[in-house]
Amino acid sequence: MFGRLSEKLQETFRRLKRKGKLSEKDVDEALREVRLALLEADVNYRVVKNFTAVLKERAVGAEVFQSLTPGQQVVKIVHEELVKLMGETQSKLASADNPPRAVMLVGLQGSGKTTTAAKLARFLKSSGSKPLLVAADVYRPAAIEQLEILGKDLSIPVFSYGKDDPGKIASLALKHAAAEGNDYVILDTAGRLHVDEQLMDELARLKAGIKPVEILLVVDAMTGQDAVNVAQAFHEQLELSGIILTKLDGDTRGGAALSVKAVTNCPIKFVGLGEKIESFEPFHPDRMASRILGMGDVLSLIEKAQSVVDEEKSRALEKKMRSQTLTLEDFLEQLQQVKQMGPIEDLLEMMPGFQKAGKGLKNLSVDDKQIVQIEAIIKSMTREERQRPEIINSGRRKRIAAGSGTAVQDVNRLLKQFDQMKKLLKKVHSLEKGKTKKHKGLLPF
Amino acid sequence: MLEQFKKGLLKTREKFVNRLESLFSRSEIDDLFFDELEEILISADVGVETTIKITGMLKERLKDEKIKERSTAREVLKKLLVEMLEDDGQSKLASAPHPPAVYLVLGVNGVGKTTTIAKMAYRYAQEGKRVLLAAGDTFRAAAIEQLEEWSRAVGVGMIKHQAGGDPSAVIFDAVNAAVARQVDVLICDTAGRLHTKMNLLEEVKKIYRVINKVLPGAPHETLLVLDATTGHNGIAQARLFGEAVPVTGLILAKLDGTAKGGIVLAVKDITGIPVKLIGVGEKKNDLQPFDAGHFVEALLDVK
Ligand SMILES: Nc1nc2c(ncn2[C@@H]2O[C@H](COP(=O)(O)OP(=O)(O)OP(=O)(O)O)[C@@H](O)[C@H]2O)c(=O)[nH]1
Ligand SMILES: [Mg+2]
Repeated sequence: MFGRLSEKLQETFRRLKRKGKLSEKDVDEALREVRLALLEADVNYRVVKNFTAVLKERAVGAEVFQSLTPGQQVVKIVHEELVKLMGETQSKLASADNPPRAVMLVGLQGSGKTTTAAKLARFLKSSGSKPLLVAADVYRPAAIEQLEILGKDLSIPVFSYGKDDPGKIASLALKHAAAEGNDYVILDTAGRLHVDEQLMDELARLKAGIKPVEILLVVDAMTGQDAVNVAQAFHEQLELSGIILTKLDGDTRGGAALSVKAVTNCPIKFVGLGEKIESFEPFHPDRMASRILGMGDVLSLIEKAQSVVDEEKSRALEKKMRSQTLTLEDFLEQLQQVKQMGPIEDLLEMMPGFQKAGKGLKNLSVDDKQIVQIEAIIKSMTREERQRPEIINSGRRKRIAAGSGTAVQDVNRLLKQFDQMKKLLKKVHSLEKGKTKKHKGLLPF
Repeated sequence: MLEQFKKGLLKTREKFVNRLESLFSRSEIDDLFFDELEEILISADVGVETTIKITGMLKERLKDEKIKERSTAREVLKKLLVEMLEDDGQSKLASAPHPPAVYLVLGVNGVGKTTTIAKMAYRYAQEGKRVLLAAGDTFRAAAIEQLEEWSRAVGVGMIKHQAGGDPSAVIFDAVNAAVARQVDVLICDTAGRLHTKMNLLEEVKKIYRVINKVLPGAPHETLLVLDATTGHNGIAQARLFGEAVPVTGLILAKLDGTAKGGIVLAVKDITGIPVKLIGVGEKKNDLQPFDAGHFVEALLDVK
């Protein structure tokens, strides 16, 4: 699924480019792919519709028509608009003026509030604050114990007051924080459904009582179409100040991020990236945009490739890579071009399809010094050796090492890397084969 | 851009509601009918691929059966969806030839595993069965305490080790205890884990092997809990858990919200794993056997 959009778009672009000029119908065609990709990424149906309407307006504009590369222009616009919609800059947590100030975490059951409370506290502590955690989930069995354990591990104080009224717990916690000199008071509230009037009222009362600086909605990144309903209901009743996305360490495309942002217009402030308490980061709109589009960092790839790579050559190479007839000669040629483009693993990572198969990329990492060495080694090979590396026996290895001024181990390493790369290609290839039976734009757009 | 966007959103929402109301009320079947149907299915998280497949299948059937009215089309669609979801086992959990029946419960973080286990335990206890729980989540803070609290609340026994221990060791003890104590049902909780973490899937495989070794034929059901709010990712969850161990059924939790849980249609279609139970709340009796007819009715109910 990853990379599908970029592949499709590239296909479309290639075709469009041959025509030279972009018509409104062409734009529609490209946008249909964008729509499908967004829906597959779980962006809400209605949000997708509106988003593509806005996109179209821009794409049909002069900007694209005048461009020499209309197709790529479309991707750029999509990406730009996505970033814009998601908040162009990172948003910080409101500062705790007149401490102590409360931060409320709210959300559906199981969205990850308790873990997020601990993560946020740790994050604040490491940036010099003195947070207090408050166990205000009085419903779920052992929720209080869970927060207490997490706090203890982090050496961050946890305030709890049994299964009393959350409003009372919170105000006691604020008093406690004032006495102890805590600045942020982070409330872990019980998960609840946005349609549960009684429990939503409870949150509204809690808010009125403690006047928090932040009310953050914690949203599971795997959420589907319902994310808009949830976000809207929480926002209407509590006036959220921000969003935290959790469980982004999986393979979800995370379209819910866009949905939630679109209906609340609240900034996404942080993301959770794992069960470890340190796996917590400020939100990067640009990364999220690429992720939702399922296109790795294709944009920068396009930009880089445009500036350095001869298009004909790279197309031929791509074909070879796909047909797995890559030789060491191609590898060398590629290296020479790549040298101008940056580290090879970045490049591979940016290629659609590699993200999934690319688990073994670490071993392939090549730095600039190594590139020089690799060049020397490959140049010391005979033509036949470059085309059929499997014939390179130990005698030949010694000769090549001597010829290139390297050690036999270096030659071995290169051959191994090349082999791994071919295996990787095979993997990518079979991944792609497995998904060839694709729907061809049967949806009505 | 944002203002424009929001305005547009409101407008579409109105249009959306109107369209949905019209889907089965207007009489003739036209392109609009299929557009609207796709909107309903996508909005219920049925997933892009499965939605396309369903509309394609429906088109064919309507043509074959020469159906022209929307009301009849609706019945055909319902039948089609029910057929897709239905399973010969009729959503009953497999029983063991000799007790205990062992059920292993899996899923990603926070989907509702532990609560579901409590509900299952309650139901079996109500039926007069002897139930034992295994606190197989030794990883998440206070997970053992959570299950323990539930086990007391529903009045069943529980086997636990210490937090941080080896989950398969707890499960090993639990299966042995279940046999020794001659209980009817053993339900094993496990830590929530993302299906993309290979090492954690290895752990699941090990748990599965341990159960099977102590009690050949067990686990009698390996149940994957899905959260009804989950989108397309549910497919990946089912696929990858299913590749690690033979998952025999789904439990769709949190159907009491506004999410329709349509992704189970895609999961069933792609992996063949049927839904067996649904969770409809946080209380011990909020568990129901899956009924494909009801589910489809709710899925298409767009009020
Ligand atoms: N509304 C509703 N909430 C539910 C349902 N099932 C579980 N929950 C709630 O979802 C939250 C998470 O449930 P758990 O049972 O702890 O989920 P889990 O999968 O065991 O979570 P981890 O062990 O942390 O991965 C709790 O607040 C439950 O009360 C359901 O059917 N409906
Ligand atoms: Mg649990």
